[in-house]
Amino acid sequence: MPRFVHPAFDYRRSSDQDAARPARHKVIVIGAGLVGLTAALDLAQRGVKVLLLDDDNTVSVGSRSICQAKRTLEIWDRLGCAAPMLDKGVTWQVGRIFRGGQEVYNFDLQPEGGHRFPAFINLQQYYVEQFLLERLRGQQGVEIRWRNKVTGIAAHSDGVRLTVETPDGLYDLEADWLIAADGARSAIRRLMSLKFIGREFQDRFLIADLHLPEPPFGRRGPTERWFWFEPTFHKGDSALLHRQADDVWRLDFQLGADADPDEECKPERVTPRVKAALGADFGFEFEWLSVYRFQCRRLERFRHGRVLFAGDSAHQVSPFGARGGNSGVQDADNLAWKLAMVVTGEAPERLLDSYDAERGPAADENILASSRSTDFMSPKTSVARQFRDAVLALAERLPFARRLINSGRLSVASVLENSPLSTPDRDPFPAAMRPGSPAADAPLRTAGRDCWLLEQLRGGFTGLYFGETDVAACVPVIRIGRGAFEDRDGLALQRYDGRPGTFYLFRPDQHVAARWRSFDPAALGAALARATGRA
Amino acid sequence: MTGRLRTETAFANPDDFYDALIEAHRGLSEEQSAQLNAKLILLLANHVGDLDVIREALALARGDGTS
Repeated sequence: MPRFVHPAFDYRRSSDQDAARPARHKVIVIGAGLVGLTAALDLAQRGVKVLLLDDDNTVSVGSRSICQAKRTLEIWDRLGCAAPMLDKGVTWQVGRIFRGGQEVYNFDLQPEGGHRFPAFINLQQYYVEQFLLERLRGQQGVEIRWRNKVTGIAAHSDGVRLTVETPDGLYDLEADWLIAADGARSAIRRLMSLKFIGREFQDRFLIADLHLPEPPFGRRGPTERWFWFEPTFHKGDSALLHRQADDVWRLDFQLGADADPDEECKPERVTPRVKAALGADFGFEFEWLSVYRFQCRRLERFRHGRVLFAGDSAHQVSPFGARGGNSGVQDADNLAWKLAMVVTGEAPERLLDSYDAERGPAADENILASSRSTDFMSPKTSVARQFRDAVLALAERLPFARRLINSGRLSVASVLENSPLSTPDRDPFPAAMRPGSPAADAPLRTAGRDCWLLEQLRGGFTGLYFGETDVAACVPVIRIGRGAFEDRDGLALQRYDGRPGTFYLFRPDQHVAARWRSFDPAALGAALARATGRA
Repeated sequence: MTGRLRTETAFANPDDFYDALIEAHRGLSEEQSAQLNAKLILLLANHVGDLDVIREALALARGDGTS
């Protein structure tokens, strides 16, 4: 079976280290993880030069963020790197919930067809980062400096100055803009003395990533998410199983509040737990072990002048729900086009305030969902436990109780409600695809070739028009109708309520900015101004 | 179960309901929590106001409570 080999990227001395005065860059991104790489790639594809600094010299050690959600895959597809991830990853959409040895119920996260990407793939973070890096390698205008660790920052109204530590010692850099994508233990956040506010949960959990020669649990060995409340094989409240690429499987055990993190990480402690779950004779090898505690915290603001926080540096959630990595990638998606327009002078600086206005509520939504899951999975009081157990007992027979079981509400794309960039509906429309919604995909056909709607939304602002004749708009328009794109399964019409004349304006991040029942150039111009912070 | 008790979810957002329920117990002793639950059942039963439905619920709750 294939094994991932961690690359070792060379530290290379930069001419900036010998400069008499600190070199100034347009945009510096700190952290070459999921979020930093996505942001750098997006910016570079929009023609903005980016310098990426990382304190390490390889991709993620450990599988870490493994569940890549549909919206995340759509974002990476826009950036041209989803195909290898889809090939390598394990596609799944069914989750099963057990209580003890008994299945309580199961759910299908993507019951409807006509979407290019599945609800989820499981793919280890190191693979994801590797594919993002491969894509970056073919990209003009991006430089990555490994083993460059930020140890000092002075933020000014017109830029930042950084002190960077390298194997050759310290040097200084300047940037017009800084994206801090340096993770949950963000050095930038610490150096700027910013408060990270929220809850810390006491329960400890163990992640055991294992190489297995064959699927566990017999023939039923799942390409599914399996979650146990009160598992028979583990003395604890819960356990979770996920399949990853290369026949790596993740077992997650709830250990409780008293667990000793150093002891519980030792293979001799983990081996009996794994044998209890899989059977004493089941062969396995450890790939990665980690003991962790939840945090649900966020920065009060994600923009601090010229410094923009994205991903775990800005907000942290529990892993149940796959909302950490996925929300971070959505941060990058939201931020990159705005920063690109500001850097190139196409939009005023205040457009960046909308990054906080849009992604702040998304973080709150993720923190709420994640906190609730955690409270359900590890009840804090005896009455909470009684309700939890009552829900589980009723759920085998009664549908309402199944809806109350919370083993993690899995990441879905955030709708940017009440965004200052959205133009409220003037015409009657259903709630689906309202301004702020991420564009739903739909299968299309053009020039005898099958394609997808989201593939057409890869540049800047774009219109979608349901009509029989072309319209002269100030943005490129995807027309669905005779002589243009064919709605091959009628799903674009259905998902967008695309009656004749209906016009949608999409932002560069594929979210809906505005929509009308007829093409109105003046209204379009006004909506565009609003969506770019010019109105 | 083919009675008149509604067993499909009645909430648009079931998590909001559950959160409100758990939140109502915050800071209470076990005895206070048990009192709260008793009052809550009385209030909701009166709101339902249909003894047949309530009997159905009682039977389900009692049956499942021992499993």
